[in-house]
Amino acid sequence: MSSDRLAVRKTYKLYVNGAFPRSESGRTYEVTDTRGHFLANAAWASRKDARDAVVAARAAFRGWSGATAYNRGQVLYRVAEVMEGRHVQFCEEVAAGEGISGSKARAAVDAAIDRWVWYAGWTDKLGAVLGGANPVAGPYFDFSLPEPTGVVAVLAPQRSSLLGLVSVLAPVLAGGNTAVVVTSKERPLPAVTLGEVLATSDVPAGVVNLLTGDAGEIGPWLAEHDDVDAVDLTGAPAGRAMELERLAAGSIKRVVRPPAEEPDWTADPGLSRLTPFLETKTVWHPMGV
Amino acid sequence: MTHVLDPDAVTAETPPRREPLAPYRDVTRSDAAFRAFLHGLPGVDQVGAEARVAVLGTRSIKTTAKAWAIDTAISMVDLTTLEGADTPGKVRSLAAKARRPDPGDPSCPQVAAVCVYGDLAGVASEALAGSGVHTAAVATAFPSGRASRAVKLADVRDAVTNGADEIDMVIDRGAFLAGRYLDVYDEIVAVKEACARPDGQGRAHLKVILETGELVTLDAVRRASWLAMLAGGDFIKTSTGKVSPAATLPVCLVMLEAVRDFRAATGRQVGVKPAGGIRNTKDAVKHLVLVNEVAGPDWLSPDWFRFGASSLLNDLLLQRQKLRTGHYSGPDHVTID
Repeated sequence: MSSDRLAVRKTYKLYVNGAFPRSESGRTYEVTDTRGHFLANAAWASRKDARDAVVAARAAFRGWSGATAYNRGQVLYRVAEVMEGRHVQFCEEVAAGEGISGSKARAAVDAAIDRWVWYAGWTDKLGAVLGGANPVAGPYFDFSLPEPTGVVAVLAPQRSSLLGLVSVLAPVLAGGNTAVVVTSKERPLPAVTLGEVLATSDVPAGVVNLLTGDAGEIGPWLAEHDDVDAVDLTGAPAGRAMELERLAAGSIKRVVRPPAEEPDWTADPGLSRLTPFLETKTVWHPMGV
Repeated sequence: MTHVLDPDAVTAETPPRREPLAPYRDVTRSDAAFRAFLHGLPGVDQVGAEARVAVLGTRSIKTTAKAWAIDTAISMVDLTTLEGADTPGKVRSLAAKARRPDPGDPSCPQVAAVCVYGDLAGVASEALAGSGVHTAAVATAFPSGRASRAVKLADVRDAVTNGADEIDMVIDRGAFLAGRYLDVYDEIVAVKEACARPDGQGRAHLKVILETGELVTLDAVRRASWLAMLAGGDFIKTSTGKVSPAATLPVCLVMLEAVRDFRAATGRQVGVKPAGGIRNTKDAVKHLVLVNEVAGPDWLSPDWFRFGASSLLNDLLLQRQKLRTGHYSGPDHVTID
């Protein structure tokens, strides 16, 4: 390749309902590396993009939550396979966006893919671990089952652009929820690539919707939206989590509060990110009939 | 060609044909004259029509104008259910929704009418009694219109007897496309006569469905519009909703031009009803912009413009709730129908 070749300057789009639309507002913004060099243009999502994404996520919920846990696990594992194929691209984007060395970026991408596989394995084990048969004092069979909460709005971590994103998104999907994600504002490129991965794996359209843009701008609209069932405030702008939680109270959403500081995403998350987006249903069935 | 037209052949048994309004009294004197008139209408520039609606579709309607547009659109909805599985219970619940579309908000206007099959018109008119909401019934072998004229007229009389005060008829597209325009004309005239109420208290409003999806070209839409207006239709309606494409903006543009030109020529105002495929508020607002810009503000009333729709109403209500509360609403906050 000759060095005088013209650069292909990329302008990425959103990932909504399995397609890649421009922002309804027509806005884009420049994404730079940590030293301020131009990397690409990203779509700057508006509240109407968020509205469209919620409609798509709601429409996809019945199919995704109704799929068997085994099938969901297979689909999510397929995502990890396609991520593995994009390994080099993820490494470059993580290294440029987060300003870390190649080897550290490789470790982060490896951890992200491993995390995705780990959550893919959880789909058909949640019922056994979080539910079960309850001993009751009466002639009844009594079962508790974890069921998905619904449409989850996720404000993704601002710093960890891939491992953090996977760590908040994959558990939402593993539980059978559908997601509307507002990505890191400054470091959106791994999320854009993840959108391309999701579009070329077997995840049904609308199950994941990725909005690149400002969580401070779109977050309140999602928190207040009557058709969003839960909101994860991990990537909320500093000092605004309480305001968002108050907005979410109007429609009694599940709220995951942000940690005081962005955590070390390499640590074992356990079930801490699965259980907030699961509702326990208990069934009483008469015995001996 | 086996069918030879004799322009002046009027047999002794045929009753004199009801003439259209002046200045078009003579256009229906023979098949040839009528064809010459309809084919003499100016051709429609399809590319121009599409460009015009595309430009008008970009109009930005916000805040108070949007609130007005949403309320106006709600008051223009013909809430429709035309399924084989319709039950009296479903019609009654639809009527309740028509009376009070948003039970949580008394300021929400009523819809214009409930549109059902003729056999359920009695259930609908009973449930709507005293509310001011009209009962519309589809008739004339809806949606295909493939039945003999006697059957179609009996269908209309039955619906009117059952309590329908608006009749949505389909034209005979087979005859129209074969060029037998006078047959189509005569049938509309006959149906209009059959709309007379049995007790002599006036007659039901007649909406003429052109089924533009089957007419294919905009030129044919213009001809069918004029034909229906000359025959005395009170409304011209795009589609049954059973054929795709249903209501599109270019078709609506041509029909609005036709009613505008017809009033200018004869002094009689005819309404327009797009039906089928209008599912969201944005589409509805685009139609209202088109009405205002093409036909004029005189048509911006439920008496002269209607939306034939079922799912549109819920989207209008969601947008209305959004404007009122300041945040997005969801499908859990409107009724399922």
